[in-house]
Amino acid sequence: MKSEREITCIVCPNGCKLEVICNDTLIVKNALCPKGEEYARNEVMNPVRTVTSTVKVCDGVLPLVSVRSNKPVPKEKIPEIIQLLKEVELDAPVEFHQIIYGDILGAGADIIATREVKRSK
Amino acid sequence: MIIDKDVIIIGAGPAGLAAAVELKKNGVEKLVVIEREPFAGGILNQCIHDGFGVIKFNEVLTGPEYAQRYIDQAEKLCVEVLTSSMVINMSREKEITVLSPKGLVVYRAKSVILAMGCRERTRGALGIPGTRPAGIFTAGVAQHFVNLKNIMIGKRIVILGSGDIGLIMARRLTLEGSKVIAVVEKMSYSNGLARNVTQCLEDYDIPLLLSHTVINIEGKERLKSVTIAKVDDKGEPVRGTSQKVDCDTLILSVGLIPENELSKDAGMKLDEVTQGAVVDENLQTSIEGVFACGNVLQVHDLADHVSNEAEKAARSVINYLANGFEPQSKVEVIAGMGIRYVIPQAISGKRDTTFSMRVDRQWVDRKLNFSTCGRLIKSFKYKRLNPSEMVVVNLKTSDLKDVESLEVSISEE
Repeated sequence: MKSEREITCIVCPNGCKLEVICNDTLIVKNALCPKGEEYARNEVMNPVRTVTSTVKVCDGVLPLVSVRSNKPVPKEKIPEIIQLLKEVELDAPVEFHQIIYGDILGAGADIIATREVKRSK
Repeated sequence: MIIDKDVIIIGAGPAGLAAAVELKKNGVEKLVVIEREPFAGGILNQCIHDGFGVIKFNEVLTGPEYAQRYIDQAEKLCVEVLTSSMVINMSREKEITVLSPKGLVVYRAKSVILAMGCRERTRGALGIPGTRPAGIFTAGVAQHFVNLKNIMIGKRIVILGSGDIGLIMARRLTLEGSKVIAVVEKMSYSNGLARNVTQCLEDYDIPLLLSHTVINIEGKERLKSVTIAKVDDKGEPVRGTSQKVDCDTLILSVGLIPENELSKDAGMKLDEVTQGAVVDENLQTSIEGVFACGNVLQVHDLADHVSNEAEKAARSVINYLANGFEPQSKVEVIAGMGIRYVIPQAISGKRDTTFSMRVDRQWVDRKLNFSTCGRLIKSFKYKRLNPSEMVVVNLKTSDLKDVESLEVSISEE
């Protein structure tokens, strides 16, 4: 079965409008770089995204620490991951790139802190 | 008492930090960065989403991580960053008055780099009719509450304007449990990057209503509803198309304005279009020894471009400290057909020059031309050009030989 779709690449700010033709094989046109082709393949087979959010911190100079997944995760798991992170409460200090949640939902990605939060005096 | 410095940088966001690191690496020792907030990093601290650093580091980072790269370098190089300190005045003699936790401090610098960034346009600037209830936020303020303060701002949300921060907040608030009813954009195209429309709106089935705007705001204590209408190609609401949408929150993502109050007070010449300083190819302003970079010069869509511009300003400062004053260049750069603005506004034509600009509308399959007195110097082909995407091109000294004035314009292929 042949199908065609247009996908906007999200890898970089260029936002290439990729033309994807699914036949027996997958053909990707209009990509300015190889990353676009890889993105289009993923997007058709198994769309993934890096998830970013915040997690509560007790006794920190800020009440939240920003976090992300250290690898892209399946798109459909994102709402559930966000819900899981809402339950997490950390004690300050939180270190830069500290692992907040290992292998979240078995997605093969760790959730890591994207900044440090020092303890408030 | 006046403290003497070689260079003072106002603002420790992406521009100020990149400039400081570049200066210190090149041996400028007497340097201080003055930051209003308690932390360095500027607006990047609340931009927790990813997409930063692709150009600069060939890696995908979040805002705080991108900032951390520069904070780490600045710390390693022992750059002095004065936080919780606000510059309240800058004189033409480059005396800088700072309100700091230690009291009032006055610095005198040989050179100043302006890196104050920008602020958001508000409801007042749009003049939307209606009541004045609680529940109306600019996108950046909403981002600050949600990402740094752990305060949710509303449950049913309409976003006016499709700037990148608005798009990013549409996704963020959806994931946090709010219902984002629609993003409403007056223009016939998105003002944000294409990738943000895809990953922030389409991924979450949030409608983008192009050629629509909010024509009324209703509610007494808290926002109750907004009225949305279609607009014609002149931007005027079309009769009979209005509909009332129940919501408790309206987010405005309708543009950014360089924060140039200090520059204005110092009598600096500003550009009416960019609302930033008029600069030459060294990024020097109309005041000798004062340079500008980042969003205080022109609103950028990428932090990576801000860092590049700041490094360029720093190199100009190094040259200024070593070789003295070079008067603002004389060759005028004109934004011609299809171009909204070009920076720098004047060049000498004596060195390789980076130009950044924005087009005034969407263009497909067009050429971007540089010409002097009707003679074409250089031309670049583009598949598409969007007002939301800054265009950066470099010309060589050889290209700029014998230019008397330089016009940048768009033409058909």
